[in-house]
Amino acid sequence: MEPIRKIVSRTAVLPYTDIDTDQIIPARFLRTTTREGLGKQLFADWRYNADGSERSEFPLNQPQAAGCTVLVGGRNFGCGSSREHAPWALYDYGFRAVISTEIADIFRSNALKNGLLPIVVDDATHQWLLSNPGAEVTVDLESCTLGLPGGRSLQFAVEPFARVCLLNGVDQLGFLLKQDAAITAYEQSHWQVAR
Amino acid sequence: MSEAKTLFQKVWEQHQVVAETAETPAVLFIDLHLIHEVTTPQAFSELRERGLKLRRPDLTLATMDHSTPTRTEQVFGGQPITIESAAKQISALERNCAEFGVKLLGLQNSQRGIVHIIGPELGATQPGKTIVCGDSHTSTHGAFGALAFGIGTTEVGHVFATQCLLQRKARTMAINVSGRLRAGVSAKDLILAIINKIGVSGGTGYVLEYRGEAISALSMDERMTLCNMSIEAGARAGMIAPDETTFAYLKGRPLAPQGADWDRAVAQWRQLPSDPGAVFDAEVDLDANMLEPMITYGTHPGMSLPISGSVPVRADDAVYNKSLAYMGLKQGQSIGGHPINVVFVGSCTNGRLTDLQAAASVLKGRKIAAGVTMLVVPGSQGVKREAEALGLDRIFLDAGAEWRESGCSMCLGMNGDLVDAGKTSVSTSNRNFEGRQGVGARTLLASPLTAAASAVRGCVTDPRELF
Repeated sequence: MEPIRKIVSRTAVLPYTDIDTDQIIPARFLRTTTREGLGKQLFADWRYNADGSERSEFPLNQPQAAGCTVLVGGRNFGCGSSREHAPWALYDYGFRAVISTEIADIFRSNALKNGLLPIVVDDATHQWLLSNPGAEVTVDLESCTLGLPGGRSLQFAVEPFARVCLLNGVDQLGFLLKQDAAITAYEQSHWQVAR
Repeated sequence: MSEAKTLFQKVWEQHQVVAETAETPAVLFIDLHLIHEVTTPQAFSELRERGLKLRRPDLTLATMDHSTPTRTEQVFGGQPITIESAAKQISALERNCAEFGVKLLGLQNSQRGIVHIIGPELGATQPGKTIVCGDSHTSTHGAFGALAFGIGTTEVGHVFATQCLLQRKARTMAINVSGRLRAGVSAKDLILAIINKIGVSGGTGYVLEYRGEAISALSMDERMTLCNMSIEAGARAGMIAPDETTFAYLKGRPLAPQGADWDRAVAQWRQLPSDPGAVFDAEVDLDANMLEPMITYGTHPGMSLPISGSVPVRADDAVYNKSLAYMGLKQGQSIGGHPINVVFVGSCTNGRLTDLQAAASVLKGRKIAAGVTMLVVPGSQGVKREAEALGLDRIFLDAGAEWRESGCSMCLGMNGDLVDAGKTSVSTSNRNFEGRQGVGARTLLASPLTAAASAVRGCVTDPRELF
């Protein structure tokens, strides 16, 4: 995994509330046994017409969204299914951070394990971001600050362990594997777990 | 005096291998890892690439349900599985389970079924356990007083390798339900009303505990319906304290403790309910007596109304209007009488025997309306056998419905069972998201009673009109 320290990007904006993971990637694209290449199916039913052509009115299909690595979504982003294909698709498409006022638990957990930073902001900041697509923002994970145009900046919270893993570009499994002795001791002291 | 604890706190503390600190989450031991074909291939690949073993195959149980076909000829031979990518996923699971020593209830196994139906049915789901699965409806198992939640594929890999997960402790929310559900009002209606009340993100960060007179009166099937949809309120887990109903359900099931082990287990399970005076981080109160059958009208499970109601009027709300346009509904329109094309009875929400019995009670001696397609899909092969022993399959077939092999089927459009674009379905499943049942499909979530009544009339119908 590539370390994340600083992300500087214009924002792409999807001004819809409750964007669920079935929209992020519909279930029919989950019939895969790998995690690569899902970006082309990101938001498939919103992005493409039935004949596969792009819908010009969809925000990500507009020229100014090209190359944006920060996505701003409406309240309660990532609700629904636990499919990790959702952050895989967002990452593969090019996104490195998602901003909303609320981000669903499982999606947030999955995103943090895949180099996609979920950022929760206050209502006023969110409203401003929704109304200003293409605004240049700076995400600094070392200081946990989101910089906005005009020199404004605000703090955001990231689970501390996930933050360290993202800063160093390491996954979380290595830490868990190091707990082997404690896990073995637990297993030996809990009879009910051995069937 | 010891501190009064909630059910969640007790199960959490019993499974902490390493307590959380400011810097690191808790290491939580997992008692049961349920797996299926869709969210595991990449996790098995990870094990292989890193040269790791699967630590506890004895605590891992595999089934196939999501992309698995429900047509008998594709399940039991005669015809190949139509969708090639689904066939590949199924054979990948077979290879992975064989290589890593995991027990698999394969395509033709008599115990196969939807992962959240078979865990309880086999008695693998038990009070006080921690249970995870790469599926958000793992919350279902909380009906037994287990701490059960959905995880992503990376975490599936963590459990494979270590039988543990890194977790921050959730907050707790009590959902207190007084009174009793009236005739024709089911657990599905209750959970839709709860989601309507707290909102689709109201449970984010919380583990819910359903409590009160109305909850104690529910059967295990009904409790599972309730806990199943906790995730639709944003909560990863929902729990109900184990009681005599729970123990009676589990006793004698194949993977439940037997003999002296059973008595010992029940004695432990009796310690699990929240202590009197235990404090929850939030509380919500509902009166079951006030509820009517509920149905959704929009594109998330919080957009629901009593079946006698009409679509709320909200001027100038672009997101709301986009949702109604997708659904083909208008502000202020009565939902009762709205024409429908498809009815689906099944899923991990409402695919258990009593759900099929409820639908059959309405359909017995009746026909589904002309132009309506109805699919009835048992949640497991076990449910299918029980239903057939009671003659329910004949009732469905005589009414003009289809009767299939078990699986997730029309709940999510990835196994060939689809609702066509622009068609409206009344579905007993859990999600009415855009495209969930097929591109352009319009889903109204409801109970098995309401689904069956709507099939008979060809439009959204209050089942109490047919009693």
